[in-house]
Amino acid sequence: MLDFFVPAFFAATVRLATPLLLASLGCLFSERSGVVNIGVEGMMLSGAFAGVVGAYYTGNPWVGVLVGLAVGALLGLIHAFASVTVRGNQIVSGVAINLISLGLTTYLLRLFWGLQEKPRVAGFAVWRIPVLGDIPFIGEVLFQHIPLVYIAFLLVPLAHFIVFRTPWGLSLRAVGEHPRAADTLGIGVYRTRYLCVMISGALAGLGGAFLSVGQLQTFVENMSAGRGFIALAALIFGKWMPARTMLACLLFGGAQAAMVRIPALNYNISPQLLSMLPYLVTLLAFVGLVGRTTPPAAIATPYAKE
Amino acid sequence: MTSRYQRKVVDALFKMAPVWAVLGALTIGAILVRAAGLDPLKVYASLVNGAFGSRSALGITLQKTVPLLFAGLGMAVAFRCDLVNLGGEGQIYIGALAAGAIALAFPFLPAPVMLTVCLVAAFVGGGIWGAIPGFLRARYSKSEIITTILMNFIGFGFVSFLLHGPLQESRGYYPQSELIPPAARLPIIWQAANVHLGIILALLAAAGVYVLLWRTAIGYEIRAVGSNPKAAAHVGIPVVRSIVVAMLVSGGLMGLAGLAEVFGVQYRISDFFSPGYGFDAIAVSLLGYTHPIGVTLAALFFGALRTGFNSVERTQGVPRAMAQTVQGITVLLLVISVILPRLRGRLRRKENASV
Repeated sequence: MLDFFVPAFFAATVRLATPLLLASLGCLFSERSGVVNIGVEGMMLSGAFAGVVGAYYTGNPWVGVLVGLAVGALLGLIHAFASVTVRGNQIVSGVAINLISLGLTTYLLRLFWGLQEKPRVAGFAVWRIPVLGDIPFIGEVLFQHIPLVYIAFLLVPLAHFIVFRTPWGLSLRAVGEHPRAADTLGIGVYRTRYLCVMISGALAGLGGAFLSVGQLQTFVENMSAGRGFIALAALIFGKWMPARTMLACLLFGGAQAAMVRIPALNYNISPQLLSMLPYLVTLLAFVGLVGRTTPPAAIATPYAKE
Repeated sequence: MTSRYQRKVVDALFKMAPVWAVLGALTIGAILVRAAGLDPLKVYASLVNGAFGSRSALGITLQKTVPLLFAGLGMAVAFRCDLVNLGGEGQIYIGALAAGAIALAFPFLPAPVMLTVCLVAAFVGGGIWGAIPGFLRARYSKSEIITTILMNFIGFGFVSFLLHGPLQESRGYYPQSELIPPAARLPIIWQAANVHLGIILALLAAAGVYVLLWRTAIGYEIRAVGSNPKAAAHVGIPVVRSIVVAMLVSGGLMGLAGLAEVFGVQYRISDFFSPGYGFDAIAVSLLGYTHPIGVTLAALFFGALRTGFNSVERTQGVPRAMAQTVQGITVLLLVISVILPRLRGRLRRKENASV
């Protein structure tokens, strides 16, 4: 048991939690403003693909990440149009974005690189934080990662500050709880929701680019593999609070890390059964979650201006 | 008089949302094909040819229509209860597994008994996989959207585990089961096009869904809960039971989709035997306005689209993922099409103002 909980396991937990964290922090914005974003899965996948395209043609992983972020935001814009302006069904719009992303990334992958070749891109160097990175155990777990990991975890206090300590955060929560009242106070309900859904898309795209450019340094068909949905579960598990959501992401990241770690220790468990582990842990945590989870009151409800 | 006639035409045009969605999606598809440097007209011509051009092409289209129809009906039942069943894939795998395991364990059963038992097993297997999230939603308010999705991965992982272990073919090369006994296979009813009994069963299921939803008390309750759960609870409709039954039937029909693919086409369970029918079901059911007749037409359309693009990939080199893309765009345009009545209202107000 002892050789299971080595620093490498916890470092992998932090690394695997990163894309989940980026996606669920994004969804925190959109759901707090009253828009559900099931399309986060597709936005991650598209961000992953766009990231590889950007990094491939410029040779710069940062450009790739920015392209991934932009494509995610663009899909967010489409979702916002369907949910806010059109007042269509948000769930179905999200599902449509997932279908389109899966189809289009596969289509474009074949067009760009054919069946055999795989796009190889340059990844990020590890930033070992001075002093902190030298602390035994903790240094390896927390302070020897690629920059995107630090960015993701620094976004947690930032998101908390924006949502709970700034005037804009107050108005975005008002829009998600009681859009009519917010409208009366002169808060732009549509504008706020558009912006929040686009933030959600951008962070999901960033999370996807982390998967492709940051980790695998290539794109594989359907590589998001349900992480967007896990991120949504983490958000509910975190009761729409950034710090709690981060803990949920670490829990689910840990389940993924265990999936990698267990075979390395020569435990004789079927890899197929192990592949179920992260989803099973997420499901059990989601179902067993004690206490009431109260979503923002106006969630998934379109708002019609008078 | 002309103006009234004109108005009627305009009204009709505004009500043809599914047609516009399909045409819009095909147009965007054409642009994507063009961007790949191919001639869209040629591609679409070869698509139609690949889907309907010969008896065998038509046969494959019908083969693909069957699981899409079952799955689309399943999705429609959930939608009618205001539930989103994103767990179709998992239910398809578990349904096929339940039926397949029985067929492999009892190969001596006579054909009619065998088929009946397997149909029941597929329905029950998929149904249980759907009813669990249904119960969690109804009783504990756990979003069925999240739970059904997570159960996809668990169901698929479980089937994959069995196919790499206890259920694996004795040769042991591939993650697939032995061939199911001939008695369990869906009999071919149209030899020339290789069409199996599944198409009849799926059409019967469509009729069954119609009867369930519009001709029985439980169906009425499901629709009442779907349109307004609070009002339904207020007049004494058992909301929890309605939701669980809706998800049970929804999952059960998904299970039958799995059976149709395994017992009608592939004759064995394998990893990845479903090319995403569980998610295609969303497009099928929405395009068909969640009504059995509409769903039947939509299943035929998407079955043809899938078959057509498979053939286009072979003949023209367009990746078949295009089928999925067009499907997704169709769904997105259907969502956006709810703006049409509003636009019509605005147009009418303008007309009235100018009179």
